[in-house]
Amino acid sequence: MDLITHPWPWYVAGPLIGLVVPALLILGNKTFGISSSLRHICAACIPANISFFKYDWKKESWNLFFVAGIVLGGFTAAQFLSANHPVNITAQTHTLLKQQGVKDFNGLLPKDIFSFDQLLTLRGFIFMVIGGFLVGFGTRYAGGCTSGHAIMGISNLQWPSLVATCCFMAGGFIMTWFILPYLLHL
Amino acid sequence: MRNIKYLFAGLLFGIVLVKSEVISWFRVQEMFRLQSFHMYGIIGSAIAVGMISVLIIKRFKIKTLSGEPIVIPDKKFNWGNVYGGLIFGLGWAITGACPGPLFAQIGSGFLVTSVTLLSAILGTWVYGLVREKLPQ
Repeated sequence: MDLITHPWPWYVAGPLIGLVVPALLILGNKTFGISSSLRHICAACIPANISFFKYDWKKESWNLFFVAGIVLGGFTAAQFLSANHPVNITAQTHTLLKQQGVKDFNGLLPKDIFSFDQLLTLRGFIFMVIGGFLVGFGTRYAGGCTSGHAIMGISNLQWPSLVATCCFMAGGFIMTWFILPYLLHL
Repeated sequence: MRNIKYLFAGLLFGIVLVKSEVISWFRVQEMFRLQSFHMYGIIGSAIAVGMISVLIIKRFKIKTLSGEPIVIPDKKFNWGNVYGGLIFGLGWAITGACPGPLFAQIGSGFLVTSVTLLSAILGTWVYGLVREKLPQ
C-alpha cells in the first residue's frame, strides 16, 4: 500500500501518461489534448455568435467526458491514494521560494497564495485570475497545451508542436526568473 | 454512453497527475528553476512512450476498437504557436498548472482553482472573440 500512497517517481508516471496517447487512439481515434475542452465549454455555454465557437461541439463531447474523468481522478487520488505529505521539492527551491515570500509548504499548492480569501488581494488575483486567463488564451492561440503539443504533437513528429513546446518553456522561464519574484512579493 | 470509456481514461490520467505531483505548483517552480529532474523526466518519458506507440500503430496499421483505421491529423505551423505558446508559458509558471492539472487540482480538493479554470475558459472565449485581429 505504501507504494501507492507515496508519490510516484517520474519513471512510473511519465510512461503511464505516454500510454494515454495510444489508449485514446485505439479507443476511438481521439488525439490526446486537453485545452480543446475549454473551447468546447465556450461553444456549449457562451457561443455568443462568435464564428470560432460555431461548430458541432457535441461531436467532440468525448473530450468533456475525459476532463470530467480527470476531476474524478484527482478526487480519487487525493481521498483514497495519498498520505498527504508535503511535496518533497529540492532544498534549493524550498529556500528560494521562502526568500521570495512563500509561507505554506504543506500541500500541493501554497495556501497562502491559492485560497478563496486571497482571491481579492492583488497577488491572489494575479496568480489565480490573470494566470488562468493567460493559460486559456495562450493555449488556444498556440493551438494546444502540454498534452496536445508537447506529448501528442511531438510523439507524432510534428515540428510546429516542438516550436510551441519550446515557446511554452521560454514563457515559463521568463515568468519564473524575471517576473515571478516581484509578483510573489506583492 | 459510448463516451463513458473516456471518463474512465480521464480518471486514470487524473490519478497519475496527482500521484506524480505534476499538479503541484511547487513542482512547476522547481522545473522552471532547473532545480529538479522530476518534471523533465515525466514529460520526456511520456513523449518517448507516446512516440514509440505512434510508431507501432503506424507500422502495424493498428485499428481502433471498432475497426476504423487510426488517423492522426497533422499540425500546421502558424505564428500563434509562438505567441500563444509564450503567453501560455507565462500563465503556466504563475498558476503552476496547464489545463489537465487544473481539472485534477479541483478534484483533489483545491476548490479555489475552479476560479483559475473559469478564468482560463474566459481566456479561451476572449481569444475566440479577437482571433481575427491577431497575427496568425
